[in-house]
Amino acid sequence: MDNPVTHAADFFGDNSPDATKAISRSLGNRLLTGLCIGLSFLAMVPLVSILCLVVKNGLPLLDWSVFTELPPAAGMTGGGFGNAAVGTLTMVGLGLALAAPPAVLAAIYICEYDPRGRLAGTVRFVAKLLTGIPSIICGVFAFAAVVVVTGKFSAVAGGVALAVLMLPTILLTAEQALLGVQNTYREASYGLGATRFQTVFRVVLPGALPAIMTGVMLAVARAAGETAPLVFTALFSQFWASSLMEPTASLSVLIYNFSTMPFEHQVKMAWTASLVLVLLVTLTNVTAQLVFSRRSP
Amino acid sequence: MSAPSVLRSAARLDCFQVLCAAACVLVVGVLALIFWEILHGAWPAMKKLGTGFLTGTDWVPHRGRFGVLPFIIGTIATSLIALLLAFPPGLAIAIFLSEDFLPRPVRQLVRFVVELLAAIPSVVYGLWGIFVVVPMVQTAGTWASERFGEVPLFAGPAYGNSLIAAGLVLALMILPTITAIARSSLVAVPHALREGAYALGATRWEAIFGVILPAAAPGVVAATILALGRAMGETMAVAMLIGNSSRLSWSLFAPSGTLASLLANQFGEAEGLQISALLYASLVLIAFTLAVNAAGELVLRYTERRTAGLR
Repeated sequence: MDNPVTHAADFFGDNSPDATKAISRSLGNRLLTGLCIGLSFLAMVPLVSILCLVVKNGLPLLDWSVFTELPPAAGMTGGGFGNAAVGTLTMVGLGLALAAPPAVLAAIYICEYDPRGRLAGTVRFVAKLLTGIPSIICGVFAFAAVVVVTGKFSAVAGGVALAVLMLPTILLTAEQALLGVQNTYREASYGLGATRFQTVFRVVLPGALPAIMTGVMLAVARAAGETAPLVFTALFSQFWASSLMEPTASLSVLIYNFSTMPFEHQVKMAWTASLVLVLLVTLTNVTAQLVFSRRSP
Repeated sequence: MSAPSVLRSAARLDCFQVLCAAACVLVVGVLALIFWEILHGAWPAMKKLGTGFLTGTDWVPHRGRFGVLPFIIGTIATSLIALLLAFPPGLAIAIFLSEDFLPRPVRQLVRFVVELLAAIPSVVYGLWGIFVVVPMVQTAGTWASERFGEVPLFAGPAYGNSLIAAGLVLALMILPTITAIARSSLVAVPHALREGAYALGATRWEAIFGVILPAAAPGVVAATILALGRAMGETMAVAMLIGNSSRLSWSLFAPSGTLASLLANQFGEAEGLQISALLYASLVLIAFTLAVNAAGELVLRYTERRTAGLR
């Protein structure tokens, strides 16, 4: 398949200019293949560099105490990022609690109740628009809607920003998950006399649940790594948060703040936090794709 | 089933449908609320600054001067640099993944690596950029400005935190987007077309350039446009690497700023009219990304219709 023309030329012992042309064609083919493979592997170099540096610079400070201690003040050593880890989990959880129920319910509506209706069309369009909105705009929205209204930076504002970010991802993956349930199941359910509600709850949702969970996990992984929606909604804090209505630290904002500090220890802390964040995000991604997708029908 | 239970389940059905419809209205409402909140907040600045905001070139908050043009230019420049750098390898990987140059496990490894690139948080790219890309850019920039100082692109003192540093890291971040969409449109090209090309005696690359790429072209264009949209909205890595200056310069090695990095840097400490001006700037950013994404989405839809017709 590679170069049939060259073979033909060899077979007929043809030494006319056509043969040279065939050789140059075959050579061009090889060159382009090499170039393509070369470029593909070139793209791996930065990734390997990122992973190596994150592990190399992050590992020295990594132990259990970083999860239990507060961030070191400027110029100080020791400490950890316990409050930031808790803050990230809190705000991602808050965002998930706000975004998942409406997203899944809306997906059920546009799949099960009225797939061709005007409302369903509008929701699909809106969800597409929302996925295209930059994550920092979610932060701007939460700033205008929560921070300005309540008068302070808070975990709630951060959670709202992350919820807006997660909403379209969960909605669109849940829609795909529901579409993946075969229509014969629905028909069988109706044939047995089930109502629409019973069909949705007993037949469609159980079938689609693994794929919906995959979408939720992917949204969580993305939200956990986001900085832009949090940097001026939850801000940062050196202390343990005592309520949801005060500035709250997060791993990503800690990395951002510490990365530009002129102190070696703080920079190392940023690398350690990066290692934790990359592990968290990658593990969530891998779990989402392995565990849940394998069980889906 | 007795009569009351039928009634009950009928009522439950209605309630649940209403609940689901309410969730739909909520989703639409969120988008409306985003627009309303931002427009409402930006209104004072829009009234006071008008279109001068879009063409003004100074951003001096404490003197009340707000001109967003340098940031608009920075946004376009960084995204275009990223696109130029990411397109060749992005397309190459997409071709590599859809052809059988190397055995399947190797291709799956490459695919896994590209997906991993997409999963790394923006702020980690920024941190890596500060310690790896910025020093490299600094060295290269000093060398370039000594040799080719007369060319405007390399003129003036070279900084590490610059337009090109942000563009380089952005290129890495949009590579997975280009690869994923281009690959799926290459895979969607019907086998008969490829077989026809081989039957006519085409070499592999003659088939790729002559038949497969033209058939997949709209999908590749859509991939490029959607990647551009992503690059324009990307915030943290850019804010950490671009140097955040509002000065206009031709040099690739001069600090610059983008709309998103402006927002990330100034929102936390802004007051009064500055908040309103920043909201105005976020409207500009929304307009840019929505326009680009809508274009990409339209091309993608056209592709799907076209490849469906080929089958």
